[in-house]
Amino acid sequence: MTAAATNSGKKGQQMRFDIKTAGPAIALILLCIIGYLLNPAFLSEGNLANLLTRSAFIGIIAIGATFVITAGGIDLSVGSMAAAIAGVMIIIMNSAVETFGGGVTTVLIGAGSSILLGLGAGWVNGILTTKGKIEAFIVTLGTMGIYRSLVTYFADGGTLSLDFAVRGTYRPIYYDSFIGLPIPVWVFAVVSVLGWLLLNRTAFGRYCTAIGSNEAVAVYSAIKVDRIKTMTYVIQGLCVSLATIIYVPRLGSASASTGVMWELEAIAAVIIGGTVLKGGYGRVGGTILGALILTTIGNILNFTDIISNYLNGTMQGLIIIIAVWLQRGDWGSARRKKT
Amino acid sequence: MKPIMTLGAIALTGALAFSGATAQERSIKIGVSYPTPTHAWAAGMNWHAEQAEIRLEALYPDVDLILINSPDPSAQASALEDLVSIHQIDALVVLPFESEPLTDPVLNVKKSGALITVVDRGLSLPGIEDIYVAGNNPELGRVSAVYMKTRLKEGDNIVVLRGIPTLIDNERYDAFMAEIEGSGINVLDQKHANWNRDDGFEVMQDFLSRFPDIDAVWAQDDDIAIGVVAALKQAGRDGNGMFVVGGAGMKETIKSIMDGDELIPVDVLYPPSMIATAMDVTVAAFKSNGPVAGRYILGATLITPENAEAFYFPDSPF
Repeated sequence: MTAAATNSGKKGQQMRFDIKTAGPAIALILLCIIGYLLNPAFLSEGNLANLLTRSAFIGIIAIGATFVITAGGIDLSVGSMAAAIAGVMIIIMNSAVETFGGGVTTVLIGAGSSILLGLGAGWVNGILTTKGKIEAFIVTLGTMGIYRSLVTYFADGGTLSLDFAVRGTYRPIYYDSFIGLPIPVWVFAVVSVLGWLLLNRTAFGRYCTAIGSNEAVAVYSAIKVDRIKTMTYVIQGLCVSLATIIYVPRLGSASASTGVMWELEAIAAVIIGGTVLKGGYGRVGGTILGALILTTIGNILNFTDIISNYLNGTMQGLIIIIAVWLQRGDWGSARRKKT
Repeated sequence: MKPIMTLGAIALTGALAFSGATAQERSIKIGVSYPTPTHAWAAGMNWHAEQAEIRLEALYPDVDLILINSPDPSAQASALEDLVSIHQIDALVVLPFESEPLTDPVLNVKKSGALITVVDRGLSLPGIEDIYVAGNNPELGRVSAVYMKTRLKEGDNIVVLRGIPTLIDNERYDAFMAEIEGSGINVLDQKHANWNRDDGFEVMQDFLSRFPDIDAVWAQDDDIAIGVVAALKQAGRDGNGMFVVGGAGMKETIKSIMDGDELIPVDVLYPPSMIATAMDVTVAAFKSNGPVAGRYILGATLITPENAEAFYFPDSPF
């Protein structure tokens, strides 16, 4: 936030500051109004619950991506990583059923292995970028292909399905509610709060911002750049594994088509939220709104038949660009200069 | 032209088979080329191709089937060149990755004198293939609509989930709509669910929020149908005679039809085993005493509890 304020100069400070922070929220509110006008059922309790639950996957992953991008990195592997972790989780739980039955133990084993895999996969991305001195784009492009083909291989080209003995125990993680909100939404909320605290209230968060602003200066400031950057990928991996833990009970399956394009949706959510793609400035709150905006667009398009199905991608693209332009455009300060 | 060629091939291989039989060699070499499986239907196809290879080679000691799968169109083009130059194939069974980039490579194989069987996806130029084996996309849509009409009455509402926007999807959808027309059944809306479980789930959730009265769902595909069923169960709207019609012939779906599932009571076949049919027909070109060149369009059979057993392959990945 301080970075944004200093960037925008003294004169237009108040004006630009407001637009920057409020941009994604305004965009989301506008979308909701459009959705309601198209069909009042958009604001029904059921649809809002669906919307929030759906946002949880991309949202949780995008919170991890906020750290990676703030520290000047990028992670293209998250979608494939989610698919691979989901696949391995299903395999592990299916074999655990034989020894432990379909109870809580099996689900805990599955969730535990998911977290270990996520941390490990993130660490690999981090180490290859920092110690291996390979650009993050290339490292994660590589691991993206590796994880995607691994899940295809594990599934023998088909679909991995969770044993029906475990489904009964595991299903509530996605479908049940706690004090009126679906459990995935709670997970999303907790991850959001922790992410916000970590980025805005800890030394680690400040180091991420510093590295993203200027890595060379961060090195001279005695920041352990490699370690911090690796940690951002580990956080990303952890977020992917959490998202996977709530994704698997939804349909109980994983295949090569699981998590396709999630990496781009996560990056889009982060950027719509106001984080700068080249690093140095990150906003967890914005990321959450970004994830909600992306899910809402898809939801609204399903609620209307005014727009041809073939143009769904066009609508999504336009809204993403407009949402970012609302915050970045020079129109705010230009008008001020004239007066 | 074609019969002469086939006859020539039969005469040639007859001679080869004779010499081969004495030397215990597999002299009829048939290349089978298809895309590397990246989704369940293609994995099922791969499995059926491997099964057909084992079965046909056991049946005919002189037949050698060479299976090659390729990850992209240019790799498939190279694979076709290798089949000619290294294996000197007598026939090619090919499921082209894409029509355009593979038309020339297949034409080159034909110029080497091999018999050409094209599966599922046609080439850009007519007349290259001697044998064509494919499923029937318009018929899949029509058969689904005919079933809908037997279960629904005038004024009932359905929603349609479509695949990935492609020619295949359009053919299925247009034929479905043409058959539904005039029946009085309302198609409330149609959205693309990309032959994908997750998209099927989300699109169906939104349909359920948007339309309070839905009597049936045409999901077009078994993967979409799985997502649709999860959404119906979540919303508690899986009762009251609600039913979902998918398509393709996934083993889990067929199993549940055999078990008398009421939510997915039938399925419409678009068989991954069509590659095996193509291999059978191609081998028959060398073995049969009747002519086999021509177009084989497989039926989009309605799979019901009565006939489901015939389409159930528990060992296949699909």
